[in-house]
Amino acid sequence: MWLKIENLSVSYGMIKALNNISFELKQGEIVTLIGANGAGKTTVLNTISGLIKPNQGTIIFNQKNILNFAAHKIAGLGIAHVPEGRKPFPNLSVYENLRLGAYLSNDKDFITQGLSKVFKSFPRLHERIKQPAGTLSGGELQMLAMARGLVSQPNLLMLDEPSMGLSPILVNEIFNIIKDINSSGTSILLVEQNANMALNIASRAYVLETGKITLEGNACDLLNDPRVKSAYLGE
Amino acid sequence: MAYLLQQIINGLQLGSVYALIALGYTLVYGIIRLINFAHGDVFMIGAYLGFYAILRFNLPFPVALIFAMLGCAVIGIVIEKLAYRPLRNAPRIACLITALGVSLFLENFTSLKFLFGPNYLAYPRPFAVVNYNIGSLTISNIQILVFVIAILLMILLQIFVTKTKTGMAMRAVAYDKSTAQLMGINIDYIITITFGVGSALAGAGGVLFGIAYPQIHPFMGIMPGLKAFVAAVLGGIGIIPGAMLGAGIMGMVEVLTSAYISSTMRDAIAFLVLLIVLLIKPAGLLGKSSIEKV
Repeated sequence: MWLKIENLSVSYGMIKALNNISFELKQGEIVTLIGANGAGKTTVLNTISGLIKPNQGTIIFNQKNILNFAAHKIAGLGIAHVPEGRKPFPNLSVYENLRLGAYLSNDKDFITQGLSKVFKSFPRLHERIKQPAGTLSGGELQMLAMARGLVSQPNLLMLDEPSMGLSPILVNEIFNIIKDINSSGTSILLVEQNANMALNIASRAYVLETGKITLEGNACDLLNDPRVKSAYLGE
Repeated sequence: MAYLLQQIINGLQLGSVYALIALGYTLVYGIIRLINFAHGDVFMIGAYLGFYAILRFNLPFPVALIFAMLGCAVIGIVIEKLAYRPLRNAPRIACLITALGVSLFLENFTSLKFLFGPNYLAYPRPFAVVNYNIGSLTISNIQILVFVIAILLMILLQIFVTKTKTGMAMRAVAYDKSTAQLMGINIDYIITITFGVGSALAGAGGVLFGIAYPQIHPFMGIMPGLKAFVAAVLGGIGIIPGAMLGAGIMGMVEVLTSAYISSTMRDAIAFLVLLIVLLIKPAGLLGKSSIEKV
């Protein structure tokens, strides 16, 4: 297995955020973690990218246990994390944000290639290239955050709530782009509250409830599962 | 009128030295939210390194300046590694007290006989002082040198911060450390660079100060350090152009107070300006009142 999380537990002080969770992702897949607010979805991503150190567990990526790697080292392995709330650097221009996305590379051709790829997916960013990121709209910020993650042409893209705060039209647009990114070869770990959208593009899914995985399976099966329907799809 | 212009020239000279020190305060604060009280003492060490380079090693002035800058960069980086890095996750007050401790240590340790010694030393002039008279104004080659070098270093800093990848990373780290790490930025490396650059500027400030006001001693960093800190706060701490603006104002206020009111009042008035500015604009002249991180 390409990304394999085993028996992962994380606490914030006395509070257990993740309780012994295990899941996996094959190369080329879109896997989604769905769940309510506070279920621990963001904690999972933050732990994989090294921002949070777990109490126990293993994280195997490409046959390496990356559990004790520093966050900046993990970025260098080809794991790009698009954080919750987009987290742009508002004081930097759009170009500078994207340049930092490829911070670890000094290869001009590689960076130009990465930039031209992301501008193909997000032409609107190209129009705003010199603007400070702080002046972008919510949808543009989500595009910038994803583009910043993609400039480095990662193997694994982790997206935290890309639909948050966006209009339904924009959500559709963003999810179409996610599908395109995946079909060009990037594996995707998608964390979402919008279970309907997430299950529609993912191949497999895990349901996270207060720090535990309570359901897992093929996305289309979960889409029709009565428990998922009543809890997350509002039916 | 000529007298006023003369004082403005003097103010620019003092302000340029303050600016070089203030930039170090503001850079470090921007990255790790620490008021590095030992920074004034790094400035002092810079003055001494320049002193030895010129007097003992007979190095030409530009080489002496670079020697002092590099020496201070190393000292700043070592201070960060030994004193501040172990406290990276400690409460801010612990770091602040440590900074005061480092400051006292540097002042008293360098006062020892086998180091700089406790005495006042006359600073060597690397070249003869030439005064140029323009009408009734007098400008010395030293004043021009101090001003030109300070401006040059500030331009270089501005280019470094805005145009280079490391400079971009510095600004990113200053805003959001977690997200910066997700880009692959090594925070410790950026902090090291920041201390190095800030300390090098203070070192240059020390040499220029020694040449302009030719007397040095191990406690000479206290007042200019404090003034430069005030200048950084005045302009908006963490903001690079703010430090330059604040330093210009501090230098000017000090010189004009000495000239028109009384030289014993100059420190009091300089700090009074800070109090007034902070009452009206608590975040400093160029500071934004609050940074929202959503």
